[in-house]
Amino acid sequence: MEMRPSSPPPAAVRRRMYELMTLMKAADDRMTKGITTGEFIAVYFPHRGQEATAAALGAALRPTDQLVTTYRGVHDHIGKGVPLVDLFAEILGKDIAPGRGKAGTMHIASPQAGVMLSTGIVGAGIPVAVGLALAAQLEKADRVVAVTFGDGATNTGAFHEAANMAAVWNLPLVLVCQNNLYGEKTPIGMTMKTKQIADRARAYEFPGVRVNGNDPDEAYATLSEAIERARAGEGPTLVECMTFRFRGHSIGDDMVYIPKEQLADAEAKDPIPTYRARLLSSGVCTEEELSSIEATALNTVEEAVKTVVDAPLPSPESLMAHVYANPDKAPV
Amino acid sequence: MQEREMTMLEALNLALDQALARDERVFLLGEDIADPAGGIVGVTQGLSTKYGHDRVRDTPISEAAILGAAVGAGLQGFRAVAEIMFIDLIPIALDQILNHAAKMRFMTSGRLSSPITIRTATLGGMGMGTGATHGQTLEAWFMHIPGLKVAVPATPADAKGLLTTAIFDDDPVLFIETGALLGTRGAVPVDEFSIPFGQAEVVRSGNDVTIITYGLGRPQVLAAADTLAGEGVSDEVIDLRTLLPIDFPTVLESVAKTRRAVIVHYATRFAGPGAELAATITEELFSQLAAPVARVGAKFAPIPQASSLEAEVFPSVAAVVEAAHRTMSGTAEALVR
Ligand SMILES: Cc1ncc(C[n+]2csc(CCOP(=O)(O)OP(=O)(O)O)c2C)c(N)n1
Ligand SMILES: [Mg+2]
Repeated sequence: MEMRPSSPPPAAVRRRMYELMTLMKAADDRMTKGITTGEFIAVYFPHRGQEATAAALGAALRPTDQLVTTYRGVHDHIGKGVPLVDLFAEILGKDIAPGRGKAGTMHIASPQAGVMLSTGIVGAGIPVAVGLALAAQLEKADRVVAVTFGDGATNTGAFHEAANMAAVWNLPLVLVCQNNLYGEKTPIGMTMKTKQIADRARAYEFPGVRVNGNDPDEAYATLSEAIERARAGEGPTLVECMTFRFRGHSIGDDMVYIPKEQLADAEAKDPIPTYRARLLSSGVCTEEELSSIEATALNTVEEAVKTVVDAPLPSPESLMAHVYANPDKAPV
Repeated sequence: MQEREMTMLEALNLALDQALARDERVFLLGEDIADPAGGIVGVTQGLSTKYGHDRVRDTPISEAAILGAAVGAGLQGFRAVAEIMFIDLIPIALDQILNHAAKMRFMTSGRLSSPITIRTATLGGMGMGTGATHGQTLEAWFMHIPGLKVAVPATPADAKGLLTTAIFDDDPVLFIETGALLGTRGAVPVDEFSIPFGQAEVVRSGNDVTIITYGLGRPQVLAAADTLAGEGVSDEVIDLRTLLPIDFPTVLESVAKTRRAVIVHYATRFAGPGAELAATITEELFSQLAAPVARVGAKFAPIPQASSLEAEVFPSVAAVVEAAHRTMSGTAEALVR
């Protein structure tokens, strides 16, 4: 893909991305606090540090576009417009969750928001996204499907099978790799010779681009281009977004395997304060606007948490619901 | 209903043809399924020519992506019929069945589902020497997956009726074709028709012993039944047709009458489908049984290449006859065997 030297996105988009990033961070901070203090018990994979890519993707996709993400997906969900109450309720397994306590952090879906699948099986969402993109193509809809996954996922067979299939069928798919340099506790250098994951697209004859995934403006420009390429019937693009996870793989990860300097360096480049400073200096937002965005995010998260914490767990009788389409004729 | 004599292969082709004609949202994907190949043995012959390569779609050799793409299209309301050439290859893509297709409805509390049909074939018992990786009979694995359904037709008519049900069922279905039966002929309704899942066929009525089977077990059992009839044993033969669900009412009604049951399948005897049947029969009818339930299944060995060994691994007609004899003698010996 030809990278044009791009001017920054419109001010409204940039403000929106900052709002999303702030909300993502507030959600991650609150889940992390709740779990580490024992306020609630949940499985959770923090995305802190990876907000910029998710905000850019959310801003670049249309509401009718679809998204497939992973267990580390709360930032992606927020970007795509999944309500916080739904997210927290899924994470805490409450009856008010759209999945009624049967999904959990790793498996959140929100068809209204276009999130069709989150999977806990590394790499497995990519072939499913191929199917969704095939459906869009068969329906002659102008819908685009984006699928996000980690660096580690690009070592699975599912990634390679899906990338090849998306290429041969010229599908409206954007493959978004959030390269945070680690797969669970193993640094990327131990698991691939590939210098740039973006280059993996070359094997399948579609464009692969690496961007600074911590820069929302840059990520937005490239993702938008990939999305519009897909929409125009020009096929898939792989966008490798370079980023870092500040809190390790999951809550409780001691991160002994991450060199201190590497973490300190990443934290020094925290995408949120960096973007804040840019929006301020370029006159997109005033200090008051930014502070108000931040205060709103904290309030929104706190209200959602309260609603969810107070909500009941599902009743035991609901266990057998939705195993099969017709519960009266369930095989067992 | 008007019927025509045809092979199981032709019956499958007709079912696919009629499903494609009936519903725009049905499409087929798999390796080598489009014309001119039309499938490795011709099950999908002519369909891509008739419906186009968009709807009868050749894929790369990418089992995980085939089933993943079927699941994804299913989430969008398509009825994908994915072919995995042999059941032995499903483990490569099992994740998409186990963790996605069968779980979507549950995990989303009914907001999304993926009603895919996976057509696959077992080459077990064909005597072709396909060996340990291309001749297995693995249906029992899939009986452990809540959310999935499993069908194993043994006649051309059942193949057509069950495949139609599978495609239009709102749950994901594993549809197992038996290579050794594709050439069998029988009368098949010409118009579209479907056979409900969970409805066994009582193939033959009798009073002394019930022999329960499915798939390639069916011709074995019918051959054994002839021998037994010659000895004056009146046997009842049940073809389950689907394993998830199992038609327990028909099985239990029959065994309540005959008081003896033999279960026959090409899957391994150890932890095979027969174990579930035997347990349920015993739980429900313990006091009425005249003999312990007998099971005949494959030996617990990989499938060997040589025909002499393959014959040894799978149940023989003689083994079925002998198992029936054991239940007729009603001794504790049946327990030991
Ligand atoms: C197929 C599979 N193998 C292993 C795991 C266990 N596991 C969960 S996350 C993970 C690391 C994935 O790394 P990456 O794709 O880079 O994503 P990240 O967690 O960094 O976002 C592993 C190995 C799994 N869930 N699925
Ligand atoms: Mg990673």
